[in-house]
Amino acid sequence: MQQYDLETDGLRGLNAALQAQAAEPEHTAWEVLNPRGSHAIAVGLNAPLDVTVRGPAGYYCGGMNQQANVRVQGSAGPGVAENMMSGRVIVEGDASQYAGATGHGGLLVIKGNASSRCGISMKGIDIVVHGNIGHMSAFMAQGGSLVVCGDAGDALGDSIYEARLFVRGSVKSLGTDCVEKEMRPEHLDLLTGLLERAESDAKPEEFRRYGSARKLYNFDVDHADEY
Amino acid sequence: MCGIVGLFLKDASLQPELGSMLTQMLVTMTDRGPDSAGIAIYGTEVPGQARLTVQSDNAQHDFETLAADLSRALDTPVTGRVNGSHAVLSLSRDYSGAARDMIRALRPDIRIMSDGDVIEIYKETGLPEDVATRLSLAQMGGTHGVGHTRMATESAVTTEGAHPFSTGADQCLVHNGSLSNHNALRRRLTREGIRIGSMNDTEVGAAYLTWRMREGAMLGEALESSLADLDGFFTFVVGTKDGFGVVRDPIACKPAVMAETEQYVAFGSEYRALVSLPGIDTARVWEPEPATVYFWNH
Amino acid sequence: MNNKGIPSTVPAKSATFTDPVNAEIRRAAATGIYDIRGGGAKRRVPHFDDLLFLGASISRYPLEGYREKCETKVTLGTRFAKNPVELDIPITIAGMSFGALSGPAKEALGRGASAAGTSTTTGDGGMTAEERAHSSKLVYQYLPSRYGMNPDDLRKADAIEVVVGQGAKPGGGGMLLGQKISDRVADMRTLPKGIDQRSACRHPDWTGPDDLEIKILELREITGWKVPVYVKVGGTRPYYDVALAVKAGADVVVLDGMQGGTAATQDVFIENVGLPTLACIRPAVQALQDLGLHREVQLIISGGIRTGADVAKALALGADAVSIGTAAMIAIGDNDPRWEAEYQELGTTAGAYDDWHEGRDPAGITTQDPELAARLDPVDAGRRLRNYLKVLTLEAQTIARACGHNHLHNLEPEDLCALTMEAAAMAKVPLAGTDWYPGKKET
Repeated sequence: MQQYDLETDGLRGLNAALQAQAAEPEHTAWEVLNPRGSHAIAVGLNAPLDVTVRGPAGYYCGGMNQQANVRVQGSAGPGVAENMMSGRVIVEGDASQYAGATGHGGLLVIKGNASSRCGISMKGIDIVVHGNIGHMSAFMAQGGSLVVCGDAGDALGDSIYEARLFVRGSVKSLGTDCVEKEMRPEHLDLLTGLLERAESDAKPEEFRRYGSARKLYNFDVDHADEY
Repeated sequence: MCGIVGLFLKDASLQPELGSMLTQMLVTMTDRGPDSAGIAIYGTEVPGQARLTVQSDNAQHDFETLAADLSRALDTPVTGRVNGSHAVLSLSRDYSGAARDMIRALRPDIRIMSDGDVIEIYKETGLPEDVATRLSLAQMGGTHGVGHTRMATESAVTTEGAHPFSTGADQCLVHNGSLSNHNALRRRLTREGIRIGSMNDTEVGAAYLTWRMREGAMLGEALESSLADLDGFFTFVVGTKDGFGVVRDPIACKPAVMAETEQYVAFGSEYRALVSLPGIDTARVWEPEPATVYFWNH
Repeated sequence: MNNKGIPSTVPAKSATFTDPVNAEIRRAAATGIYDIRGGGAKRRVPHFDDLLFLGASISRYPLEGYREKCETKVTLGTRFAKNPVELDIPITIAGMSFGALSGPAKEALGRGASAAGTSTTTGDGGMTAEERAHSSKLVYQYLPSRYGMNPDDLRKADAIEVVVGQGAKPGGGGMLLGQKISDRVADMRTLPKGIDQRSACRHPDWTGPDDLEIKILELREITGWKVPVYVKVGGTRPYYDVALAVKAGADVVVLDGMQGGTAATQDVFIENVGLPTLACIRPAVQALQDLGLHREVQLIISGGIRTGADVAKALALGADAVSIGTAAMIAIGDNDPRWEAEYQELGTTAGAYDDWHEGRDPAGITTQDPELAARLDPVDAGRRLRNYLKVLTLEAQTIARACGHNHLHNLEPEDLCALTMEAAAMAKVPLAGTDWYPGKKET
């Protein structure tokens, strides 16, 4: 296990060391000490590393991740795992706004709550939130799955494209063009797998599915008020 | 665009530490606002006494005989305490209105930062750490306070443009975001007789709350109605004589983190601002909801 | 005169309700949707045409054309990046997406720019292998939609351009109609084929300069602080926006005036929002000067650059480089009269065609239709762009030499005079033959 003290050794050294593992990983297990809410921790990784952040992280932790497993033992600031391509980011505490924004792939797990705009413009990432999510989550979500074991805030899935949303608790309101949809066997299968990988014991049958009504896909004057 | 911090103490034994805790929080928010810094601190009330915080770019000259001159002009005892470019004047509460006018007459270049029973506001341009050192912010005690680091958007980098803004007795407001209807609102509030000294959007936000409270609203109600009447993006932290409040606009895209323990309630634009607080590892930490008013009172 | 011999009123059309205005009202009434188009602002606004250079004569000496050197090199991104972008000429190609443009058109831009020693830019929709291969210097745009955005391409870029706004639509999002969302475009953008793509107007994971500073930190950490980070804004409040981009950590600021035009959006937006390019430059330069960073943080101006004179004028007003979009498209063959018959079939004419978002471009440039796209030979078109860039450069050098300068960067506002009061006020250069411009402070 490689230990890196962020407070004494600085951010640039950390990311450079982790990114240098991309070609041929020399060390696969890393521990980041004293994160103290710092920004851009473990960004741009591209190797199958296990990185554990011992404490709360600031903005964009695990940003654009490829292949790596990043675990935050604390809360994460805005934009955790933004634009993730592959790999896994786990936040053991709460996540702030924009968790998993524009992510293309991989799995983001938030053990606590996520605040607003969770999964905004998601493009294929899977996100599982054990707690609740805030307003405008999955705004313009294009692909992937967002699973919420708790409740969802206002305007869930506004202007959604083809992403799949699963919520166990209540939904304060659905956004424009987002509707409840039938839960079919293939969805239950998908959900079973996601919950398992996300270390959640929630039951797939307890969830409801939401997705796009596809009414905004081509402009129609009768829907103009919704733009 | 800015960094905001706020701290409301529930545990009186921490009161001597308020300044040092707030200063530490403030300095961590330097990246968000390197242009200027300010702090509002709520101290201990002296019965019957009001205090005015004043500031001058030519402090040595302007403050030397200020208390004595004011005392003579108003015919009431006035004491003064100079702190760098700022000074705090204490006098009978009955004279505080008259003192405002008299200071303008005696020292036209002096800026009145705040007045009230317990509030003191200090703000200067420059890096937050330098401002805090020059004004010895860390040595101050009190019951609650707010601080602000500023990255100026559309109004000038000046002392007047720095936060907190105070437009009423013991009131202050700091803001992260930008308001988009402040010009029209400034004209309306000015017609209503609310004093607004700068072209800064945040001061209009502060003046709006002052106006609503003058019309009889409680702070919580004033914050509630700000959600309908203010256009733009805002996270506000406000202070009153015995209270501390937070509100974010309905879109809520400017960041905000709160923490509460048995000892305090704290606010930061980022979690980094909170990391040095005692017991933060076990505090309840959450993000304030959009369009929701949070308020604590002593 | 009627048949009773009484003179009658001559029918008069309204100066307000003109034929085009009325036609647009009828179109809106029939369809219920605003007009969407590309092509930039078509109304007349004060522009570089309203400025003239003061050549040298006795008080100053000109340089000998073709013999005495007039340098054109420019280095962008010297503030924080390990590898600044070094260009032979101060004229770059603006961001236009694959999707908006065909693959061959993107290739042509890359070939032309590379041959002229300058950079080209991706657009909303990601980087294609073809454009990377054909562009010696490629700027990767980082946009609100993040279509096609990925760290592998980010690391291949020579610079990153964080797009906050564009001149055609500052404060607005984009629109790509269904006809252009082909299989490949849909796949790159993770969208269903054939839908109308809506682009967001704000970035999904930051708002404001305080957050932008952290976003730029992240981008630098991902790319090892190697390449410059540009910030592009549409011209609206250039003094503040440039100052804030710089405070947030930009190496280069790209400022796009309202004539900037390849982006498709509502006509009402294009014609009524933003500042003319001419009016953008002085406040932007003032902001850099007030921060003590003029020439340290480079300024790229775009929006309506057509000639070497425009290039020279932008540089004289304080820009470090310019960027061209519409002109580059015309150079490679857009709106060419050779396709007039087909333009007529589309209800328009060569020179007026602006429905670039509809994908039916007879010139084969703004389309994803394979048959139309095949009309453009990327090698030929690239050569035309190279030639055009060379002409722009020669023209700008000609003017700079005439003003006695051995480097384009030595052009200055004092080399200029203005033909109109408007241009004098906006460019802060004296009205021709006077030493005065509106708003000039007495010294």
